[in-house]
Amino acid sequence: MGSKEKVLSDAAQKQKLLLEKDYSKYGFKDPEQYVYRTPKGLSAEIVEEISKIKGEPKWMTEFRLKAFEHFKSRPMPVWGADISKINFDDFTYYIKPTEKKAKTWEEVPETIRKTFDRLGIPEAERKFLAGSGAMYESETVYHSIQDKLTKQGVIFTDMDSGLREHEDVVRKFFSTVVPFTDNKFAALNSAVWSGGSFLYVPEGVKIELPLQAYFRINAARMGQFERTLIIAEKNSSVHYLESCTAPVYSTDSLHAAVVEIIAMPGSRIQYTTIQNWSSDVFNLVTKRAFAYDNSTVFWIDCNIGSKVTMKYPSVFLLGEGAKGEILSVAFASRGQHIDSGAKAVHLAPNTKSIITSKSISKDGGRTTYRGLVKVRRGATGVKSNVRCDALILDEQSASDTIPYMEIDEKDVTIQHEATVGKISEEQLFYLMSRGLKENEAMSMIVRGFIEEFTKHLPLDYAVEMNRLIEIEMEGSVG
Amino acid sequence: MTLEIKNLHVSIEGKEILKGINLTISRGEIHALMGPNGSGKSSLAMTLMGHPNYKIESGEILFEGKNILQMKPHERAKLGLFLAFQYPYAVPGVSVFNFLRTAYTSLKFGGKPDTKKEEFINILEFSKLLSEKMKMLQMDDTFARRYLNEGFSGGEKKKAEILQMAVLKPKVAVIDEADSGADIDSLKIIANGMNKIFEEGNSGILLITHYNRILQHIRPHYVHILVDGQIVKTGDASLADEIEAKGYGEFGELNGK
Repeated sequence: MGSKEKVLSDAAQKQKLLLEKDYSKYGFKDPEQYVYRTPKGLSAEIVEEISKIKGEPKWMTEFRLKAFEHFKSRPMPVWGADISKINFDDFTYYIKPTEKKAKTWEEVPETIRKTFDRLGIPEAERKFLAGSGAMYESETVYHSIQDKLTKQGVIFTDMDSGLREHEDVVRKFFSTVVPFTDNKFAALNSAVWSGGSFLYVPEGVKIELPLQAYFRINAARMGQFERTLIIAEKNSSVHYLESCTAPVYSTDSLHAAVVEIIAMPGSRIQYTTIQNWSSDVFNLVTKRAFAYDNSTVFWIDCNIGSKVTMKYPSVFLLGEGAKGEILSVAFASRGQHIDSGAKAVHLAPNTKSIITSKSISKDGGRTTYRGLVKVRRGATGVKSNVRCDALILDEQSASDTIPYMEIDEKDVTIQHEATVGKISEEQLFYLMSRGLKENEAMSMIVRGFIEEFTKHLPLDYAVEMNRLIEIEMEGSVG
Repeated sequence: MTLEIKNLHVSIEGKEILKGINLTISRGEIHALMGPNGSGKSSLAMTLMGHPNYKIESGEILFEGKNILQMKPHERAKLGLFLAFQYPYAVPGVSVFNFLRTAYTSLKFGGKPDTKKEEFINILEFSKLLSEKMKMLQMDDTFARRYLNEGFSGGEKKKAEILQMAVLKPKVAVIDEADSGADIDSLKIIANGMNKIFEEGNSGILLITHYNRILQHIRPHYVHILVDGQIVKTGDASLADEIEAKGYGEFGELNGK
């Protein structure tokens, strides 16, 4: 072997080790032993089969089948990240890991419980959560909420139980925010959805601690299609937090979720996502909120993992005085394209939106901010502020900003600001002169860059987030 | 002889800017380095700390007898060298507290402390130390929560640099223009702070300054005049007074200009 080849192979080896190390906490896998799984691929029969297993009412089965027809007829989107390599026949659309959903961790089958133990979920629940749910493959395996919240009328359960136990509420709101005709992946989700959270907060109830859902894909070539519906009644407030991870495979997995949020007048909903899928997951998610008079919807959306992400959390500001805030963070490394952003649609007067995007790209990673601010005629006194900051850590990496504005009203205040930065040699030198190694200095700068995001997280998550950034940065300097 | 600079020639972008500097600084000594604009004062500071743009053409820099020319800035910091920057950089989103704690831990433990317990003790110990030093520099407690150098006034930036010096306790500190941008009150506080750090830590100090304003408050043991990349004269504190009276003009001539 020539010396040049030797150097290359050493570098590749080092990179491989780093990649393995990066994800070691999340990348482990369990043996695939399941109660039930549908055959690979998708057909109307499989859609019906899923609905039958779940014992759903007829309207839901019909809804699924209509959505499936729409999915088939709808072409793949040609804008955004490259998802042309997705082969829909390659995935398994439904995997049932256990017979029943547990209310205590002890009831969860041991292999799965160990998984969530390793991910620190029961510990987090004890420490700082008002309730938590855990989804494994296609089903929620665990769900729990503090008794006092149940007594106040709060419902926090998995979507399937929600449909069984609160059919009237679900039927009233399901698919009203994101119709299956919205896009191809919303249609797919509508056809094969399983699991996800159903959260209902009654009028005036303010939940102090966050409620959390954790999503785990374990099997290879798996499709996970959770469906979440959150309704906050008048003057209530809630913080919902979700995290997701998966083992590393050399084959692709698919995650296509739909999240619908309804914020009734005067309510406040914060929805925080920390997406850390392994680097072989296509993550194509539709998230949308309806915000009525004087309500606030705050999306915090952080994407570190996945092969491709396309996700644009949206707020439709339907009532006067409603406020939508969307803070999105993207961190793309080698082989990743994170195409994310936000949409604020102002349909009522005196509504306000704040969109902040922070993106970091390194080792050939690519981030795209894609956003829309739309103001309908008659929506006077609208204020909107959009800020996009991109940090590009090396020459191989890239970042684009694609802001759309559709403003049909004159009486509005719209601000847009975009910056693209690199870490300057001077900044690094300054930090290094205080005893920090180059990669420590870089990771400090990156952590500072997204501090606006971490400060909104519960402390344990902020610490974990900073640790993830450190791990990401370890491989960045030779 | 903590820091020894021997016949140091340095260039930047092909232009020679330091032309044979010889300077020795021991702990317990305060040296003032004075000179007109463009004489190479800041270049010497940057070179000592290991800025990658400054190319060493020849000569040596020894720290406690060890040649540090090949060392990265963080390795030099670990030996006990410190540079207070003339223009410190802003690091948005990183608080003074977090930044300094990281630096302190890094210098003290050579990275992260091993166990959680150790880290906890370290946080307490560090908080106490920081608050003590902030009091010394008459800084408000809220200062620790502000983002490093972001939106700082001239005086605040200088104080923050001296605060870092006070916390990190270097063996030799190079202070590049501690007085520029600071008002008279800040200047006094900074100078008093430096005097205390000097007495407590028995550090060696190289005080780089254009004017002798700060030398009213800190009396140097030695004064060196740098003109066009060379030290043209060395004397005691009275040399600074001479500069104050006559300016740098005649030293230019000494250097053959």
